[in-house]
Amino acid sequence: MKSKADVVIVGGGINGCALAYELSRRGKEVVVLEKRWLAHGATGRCGAGIRQQWSTEENALLAKRSVAIFEHLSEELGHDIELRQGGYLIAIHDEDDMHQAKENVAMQRRIGLPVRIIYEDEIREIAPILDVKGMDAIAATFCSTDGHANPFLTTYAYARAAERHGASIHKFTEVKDIRVNEGRVTAVVTDSGVITTPVVVNAAGAWSPHISRMAGIAMPNQPVRKEALVTEPLRRLFDCMVISFKHGIYFSQQDHGQILGGIPSPEETTGYHEEPTYSFLRHMAYMLGRYAPPLKHINILRQWTGYYDVTPDALPILGTTDVEGFIQCNGFSGHGFMIAPMTARLLAQLICGEKLEMPIDRLNISRFKGGGVVKEKSVVG
Amino acid sequence: MKIVCRCEDITEDDILRAIDEYGCTTLAELKQVLRLGMGHCQGRTCLLIAAKILARKTGKGLEEIIPSLRPPDVAVEVGMMGGCDEK
Ligand SMILES: Cc1cc2nc3c(=O)[nH]c(=O)nc-3n(C[C@H](O)[C@H](O)[C@H](O)COP(=O)(O)OP(=O)(O)OC[C@H]3O[C@@H](n4cnc5c(N)ncnc54)[C@H](O)[C@@H]3O)c2cc1C
Repeated sequence: MKSKADVVIVGGGINGCALAYELSRRGKEVVVLEKRWLAHGATGRCGAGIRQQWSTEENALLAKRSVAIFEHLSEELGHDIELRQGGYLIAIHDEDDMHQAKENVAMQRRIGLPVRIIYEDEIREIAPILDVKGMDAIAATFCSTDGHANPFLTTYAYARAAERHGASIHKFTEVKDIRVNEGRVTAVVTDSGVITTPVVVNAAGAWSPHISRMAGIAMPNQPVRKEALVTEPLRRLFDCMVISFKHGIYFSQQDHGQILGGIPSPEETTGYHEEPTYSFLRHMAYMLGRYAPPLKHINILRQWTGYYDVTPDALPILGTTDVEGFIQCNGFSGHGFMIAPMTARLLAQLICGEKLEMPIDRLNISRFKGGGVVKEKSVVG
Repeated sequence: MKIVCRCEDITEDDILRAIDEYGCTTLAELKQVLRLGMGHCQGRTCLLIAAKILARKTGKGLEEIIPSLRPPDVAVEVGMMGGCDEK
């Protein structure tokens, strides 16, 4: 292992690997440290849906600019990431929902997203297997450029491209401590050696509070166990992701034909609990059958869990801290995959002293000191 | 040609290539890269064979390589799981 680096990134998920790529192509000497294997954390367990329909402009813009990057990422990284843009269909259940949807759509259209409100006939046209009554829906919003990519391939593609630009990626290497001297980061201590560095990026997902604590920084993030399941593969039935903020359900048909989805578990808990639950399986199966009755007859193959790294306002924590050289890149709740391309670019610009393409001051950890944060409302899972 | 995973149509050569190209040293990584063991039988046939190939290539012991198993044990119908007993 190298004994020094310009930047050490803790965590080999989509965010750590994307940032390693953006930094190394700017000439930085980068080391990524991952305690298990790449995409071992939330990245390897996620739905990998890419949605631009958010209620806060920060999330909507991060997602929109990420989609622009995703659209050319296979060529840029030299590896297919299996991007598919089948849209996101978001159920509207009642007048309150409709009110919020109209507000969201107005903002989303202002920033240039092709979002619109659709009704029963068009919902059936887009996804014939949906039962609008079973969904308890009166309408939906739809954005055709939303979609999905393969989370494993995207992470590996970023990692390989970073390595081609000289980054070193160490699997099975755990960060044990961070040395801080006179308010500045000086080194990272791992279970297989020490690396001297002026910059450490905390991209450790649900484990980011531990990494921050090593540098003496407190964080408001909480790990929340989330569950997902996948069915046997079927011929293509529908292209869009279907979600509901009210029911918390999301599901889509993946490239290989399987239906993959999740819903908040009846036994949802904070803390590091990995066990899958039977109640999730029943609840998800029941709701899936209500939303898409034909799916009642197909087999569930597998269920698993992963953590959302949840902040009080469901917005990520990005940027500088009180400790010089300690950079946050975490708190992504249920949407850290879809905004990773743009997040990585912005943090690379910050670390390299370039002009940022969009401001990220409002996502700094200091926002939790004053209170009065604006919460992202459009969350599922 | 030796077939290892019948559900996802993966050969021994595919596995050897993934080990070389992606630096896979665990079954978890082979799953991610190849979809090994993610098909209908959930790896009940192929994972042990793949584990042996990995052990041979990496010099690791089998106990380091075998992954966690994810429920359900056998495939179950959505309608059966979901029943109609919930409101
Ligand atoms: C069930 C589920 C569904 C989801 N669906 C979506 C979706 O549809 N769309 C979307 O955009 N997002 C989704 N998400 C959220 C998304 O998965 C995450 O926000 C994103 O993957 C976070 O990536 P990351 O790189 O920041 O963190 P992670 O992928 O969690 O990576 C952090 C890494 O840090 C490593 N690490 C931790 N501690 C240490 C240490 N001490 N030393 C070294 N390494 C360490 C971990 O092993 C881990 O690999 C979902 C999440 C879940 C759980």
